[in-house]
Amino acid sequence: MRTIKFLLEKEFRQIFRNRAILLLIMVMPIMQLVILPLAADFEVKNINLSVVDHDHSPYSRQLISKITASGYFRLQGYQASMKEAYRFIEQDKADLALEIPSGFERNLIRENEQQLFIAVNAINGTKAGLGGAYLSSILRDFNQDIRMEWIPPMRLQPLPTIEVIPKNRFNPQLNYQFFMVPGILAILLTMVGGFLSALNIVKEKEIGTIEQINVTPIRKHHFILGKLIPFWILGNVVFTLGLVVSWIIYGIFPQGNIMAMYGFIWIYLLAVLGFGLLVSTYTDTQQQAMFVMFFFMMIFILMGGLFTSIDSMPGWAKWIAALNPVSYLVEVMRMIILKGSGWSAILPHLGILLAFGVVLNGWAIWNYRKTS
Amino acid sequence: MVNVNNISKTYNKGAVKAVNDVSFSVEKGELFGLIGPDGAGKSSIFRILTTLLLPDSGGATVAGYDVVKDYRQIRSSVGYMPGRFSLYPDLSIEENLHFFATVFNTTVAENYHLIEDIYVQIEPFKKRRAGKLSGGMKQKLALCCALIHKPTVLFLDEPTTGVDPVSRKEFWEMLKRLKQQGITIVVSTPYMDEATRCDRIALIQGGSILSINPPQQIVTAYPSPLYAVKATDMPRVIHVLATHQPPFNSYLFGEYIHVDMPGMGDQEAVQVLTDVLAKAGLDGIEVNPVTPTIEDCFIKLLTT
Repeated sequence: MRTIKFLLEKEFRQIFRNRAILLLIMVMPIMQLVILPLAADFEVKNINLSVVDHDHSPYSRQLISKITASGYFRLQGYQASMKEAYRFIEQDKADLALEIPSGFERNLIRENEQQLFIAVNAINGTKAGLGGAYLSSILRDFNQDIRMEWIPPMRLQPLPTIEVIPKNRFNPQLNYQFFMVPGILAILLTMVGGFLSALNIVKEKEIGTIEQINVTPIRKHHFILGKLIPFWILGNVVFTLGLVVSWIIYGIFPQGNIMAMYGFIWIYLLAVLGFGLLVSTYTDTQQQAMFVMFFFMMIFILMGGLFTSIDSMPGWAKWIAALNPVSYLVEVMRMIILKGSGWSAILPHLGILLAFGVVLNGWAIWNYRKTS
Repeated sequence: MVNVNNISKTYNKGAVKAVNDVSFSVEKGELFGLIGPDGAGKSSIFRILTTLLLPDSGGATVAGYDVVKDYRQIRSSVGYMPGRFSLYPDLSIEENLHFFATVFNTTVAENYHLIEDIYVQIEPFKKRRAGKLSGGMKQKLALCCALIHKPTVLFLDEPTTGVDPVSRKEFWEMLKRLKQQGITIVVSTPYMDEATRCDRIALIQGGSILSINPPQQIVTAYPSPLYAVKATDMPRVIHVLATHQPPFNSYLFGEYIHVDMPGMGDQEAVQVLTDVLAKAGLDGIEVNPVTPTIEDCFIKLLTT
């Protein structure tokens, strides 16, 4: 215990002496938490629309004004032919082209059927998918309106229609920030913890101080604990700052048990710091450690369920996600912050991360060699 | 205090032989020197003796403990100063010293008498960060940190490399005083002139020990008289001596050329050398008998 106390004293002295890093640890997450959720928006707006209207009828005008009134589309202009509209798409001035055939109104009334053509620029997959879907749903709506207009209301035989009224639980307004902010906080915590711990032991290797440490009676687990505890405390500080920022700026406050949230973070930090320390024991230079961490961070973040749902990944990717600590954190944070879960709901996650923590730290201690 | 028995160590799966069947022993209270050029295997031997490196074969004991089995006891009873400065550059002199005292479960006050002589020289700068010290001060601090837990054996790996001549001299004075306090010291250096300050030295080259003797004995064991030769056109002197039939055993040594003259008296040898050089049309000829230094002995051992 005495040895750990002195090791901690030394680590904290070094951390507080490195003002630039300390400032980065504290300010960087706050800045990112303020900026990123505002920009990382899943809603697609300002879809540029080009219209080729061969009909010029009241109906076609009605349709176009309905589309532009939705707020998602920006009418870029009317083109005389599809060829021109395609060129518009090629020049990236339009994302979508809608073709209304001539005789649109006449055929719709006379034959009860008409076809429209939508061309989508699918370079930006999300924008294309969502834009196409928005437009289709507007067209469906329009279709419904017309039908109502033309079919005389029947008192005895009402038209059987199914109307779906969705109710969004936990996030009634579908505010994407409620979804993104906890996720971004999860990533920031992982980055700060992972990089700090990964670069630390390897730094001692690089400047040679580990040589002197290795001839002292300091035990391996003392040394690893001496590295783990300071970053664990820093991680808690970063997390608390993040919670405060998301409360003040986005009004997001954990709906569930705050102690359960912290309890989970404590275990989570053990796992992430253990991973960083493990990387640190395997690498020889800070540069190597940095690149190894980048490799894993990319996987952790992109396969962590923040941007894309893990449920819709292929089977093998689900296995990787199951080994990804970030996926558990993102899930638990959404559970506690949005859903209002308590201890009992997060116990399985807690158990898995505890296992991660024990295995990774144990591995790091085992792999840290005082003798080569 | 230190017993090394036939240790060998190779790197890169046997491609590089760093230590080749090395044996020596160091008595209690002795100042033992490992003398050899860079890459001779000195650091590898130190790393094996301080339990940082496992030998491929052979064994060694330090203070009675086996370097492989009893590594834990060795770590708390030896002081090691690696060749490269390896204290925390972002901690001050005071903090480094305090830290290393505490990890060895002792205090600075307890063993202050051991480091007092050295510490008073750097004490005025005790608040300064170790990374900002001059080379000589860094070495003094490193020595203090290696001594603070009262080690029985002190391993100093090239402590004077990169240090100015005055500080080097001071450093050896310090070692002498430590020796008087009964601490066994094993030191390595690439500087041959420092060898004479050791009780015994091992000349080492290419991972093998060439000879182990007190420096005086090594010098007196030099097999033939040695002469220092000088003339105005030195490159030509080298050429003339090397191409003479039979060729002289000669090599550049500072501003002179040292020449071996086996089996000749002083007068005769001087006469022979002067004649050879004069015949070659050289002027400003100077030929003087010299006593061999450790470096001469080292060169002799390497060439024969």
